[in-house]
Amino acid sequence: MNRLELEATCKQVRRDIINMTADACSGHPGGSLSATEILVALYCREMNISPEKMNDPDRDRFVLSKGHAAPALYGLLGELGYFDKSAFKTFRQLGSILQGHPCRDYCPGVEVSTGSLGQGISIAVGMALGARLAKSPARIFALCGDGELQEGQVWEASMAAAHYKLDNFTVIVDHNGLQIDGTNDEVMSLGDIQGKFRAFGYEVIQIDGHDFDQIFAAFDRKVTGKPKLILAETIKGKGVSYMENQVGWHGKGPNEEERQIALKELED
Amino acid sequence: MSEMKATRVAYGEALVELGAVNDKIVVLDADLSGSTNTAKFAKAYPDRFFNAGIAEANMMGMAAGLATMGYIPFTSTFAMFGTGRAYEQVRNGIGYPHLNVKLAMSHAGITLGEDGGSHQAIEDIGLMRLIPGMTIVVPCDANETKKAVKALVEMEGPAYLRLARLPSIVFEDEMPFTLGQANVLRDGTDAVIFCCGYMVAGCLEAAKRLAMENISVAVVNVHTIKPIDRETVLTYARKCGKVLTAEEHSTIGGLGDAVADVLIGQGSFSFRKIGIQDRFGQSGKPADLLREYGLTEEDICQAVKAL
Ligand SMILES: Cc1ncc(C[n+]2csc(CCOP(=O)(O)OP(=O)(O)O)c2C)c(N)n1
Ligand SMILES: [Mg+2]
Repeated sequence: MNRLELEATCKQVRRDIINMTADACSGHPGGSLSATEILVALYCREMNISPEKMNDPDRDRFVLSKGHAAPALYGLLGELGYFDKSAFKTFRQLGSILQGHPCRDYCPGVEVSTGSLGQGISIAVGMALGARLAKSPARIFALCGDGELQEGQVWEASMAAAHYKLDNFTVIVDHNGLQIDGTNDEVMSLGDIQGKFRAFGYEVIQIDGHDFDQIFAAFDRKVTGKPKLILAETIKGKGVSYMENQVGWHGKGPNEEERQIALKELED
Repeated sequence: MSEMKATRVAYGEALVELGAVNDKIVVLDADLSGSTNTAKFAKAYPDRFFNAGIAEANMMGMAAGLATMGYIPFTSTFAMFGTGRAYEQVRNGIGYPHLNVKLAMSHAGITLGEDGGSHQAIEDIGLMRLIPGMTIVVPCDANETKKAVKALVEMEGPAYLRLARLPSIVFEDEMPFTLGQANVLRDGTDAVIFCCGYMVAGCLEAAKRLAMENISVAVVNVHTIKPIDRETVLTYARKCGKVLTAEEHSTIGGLGDAVADVLIGQGSFSFRKIGIQDRFGQSGKPADLLREYGLTEEDICQAVKAL
């Protein structure tokens, strides 16, 4: 995909996020919108993955450790043809393939079930170990929230990723500064995030998480003998003016009027 | 139309009321204080509120430490993370040393709804029952919740309070509340339903319907699952002979098993459990899920008839 196509895909995925959370009257728009460029960059260019390769043992793997951003992942998987887009309307309803948090038993293209924060990154470390053991070229990418970094398990996983020198492993942190009860700093300060990950043994790259050039430059950086951490500076609710940087839009769907305003702002 | 209110909301109110008269009460949450309703306490007594961030295991350890300093910590998050994620911290850090920590966990059961199976705790009662000395209370409505919170402050030792997201009926009748003492809400002779939490209202309705078919059903609200009221359970099981348990929890490990444990070796009973039949939860509207998992009034009526 070229730059224009990537940007158009972002807009489409953002509209999907708005429609899914509005139809469901619930779900998590804020953290889905902040992660959209990262997901689009991964699925549309960086990762060796497509609906045809869903069972290829050498496919790259993505773990949405911040599982509540499911609408972004579903929007993208639907747009790319992993399942029929008519499923969007059933998001969070009984019997839907689109569970509130991604579940691999329900939805094609979802590698692991997530939703309990802090666990995805460990699972991704296991995948990276497995890929190396199998002499597979598969690379593993995990996306974490910044609030999620408060889980001790994130740091246990990080220690392991460095210990095993997993250079087939990349963590991306969606650093939007917000969680549920307030800003990261109000709830539980994260301190020097870059310094912490560096001390754990990562190659750390800080970028603007909405800028494709910076995202691809970070992916392209060659790192050997250690894992990579991309600290993506983002805006929670990105693309919808009334949601941007608003902690209140973490976990609720827009009403009909709010949906229309958002869709207008997200027109091509 | 009766008033509707979620037990988690009553919990938040109770904390504020009790916090005013007892300065030993401290509250910890893990970035869900709006949902669990501890935000009300945080606002009223900011010095006595500690947000652990998204770090449930650490929250349990901090609560244990505060308890050793003479405080009465209430810890809150979703039941899934408070009893599941931090299980071993609760078991070894709080249960084993019998520390005075109250685990008040919200969004238990499938009525949590749309967030889905990853968030629906259907095993929390079982997990907590396995810990020696853990008191377990599952209140059926807002009023019972308030009484339970007060009772937990007054007792010494670890306790688990199971709270729900979904607003539910607030019963008009004034019900007594004594920890460990089940409430007989309706007398009957043909069958008895032992129930707790959200299921109580449905069981009462089912008993009314069955009465019209001349089936006399007793309904006993077993709000304290541990220590269970052996006497009332035995008395009613013997009197009715047919026993049904109803809970918004797995049929493994919860109220049903607690009642069965009382009845083992005590005679011959016809026995059935209503609950989630060894499956995970899933996304859906609470009402759709209650139907899908067989927890409706109709399911209760049929189960009584099948005894
Ligand atoms: C173990 C666990 N604890 C709590 C939650 C509830 N929860 C869901 S999202 C969230 C906040 C996440 O904040 P952050 O990681 O910053 O995500 P983002 O801002 O990207 O949406 C919390 C506390 C959870 N899903 N898992
Ligand atoms: Mg965040």
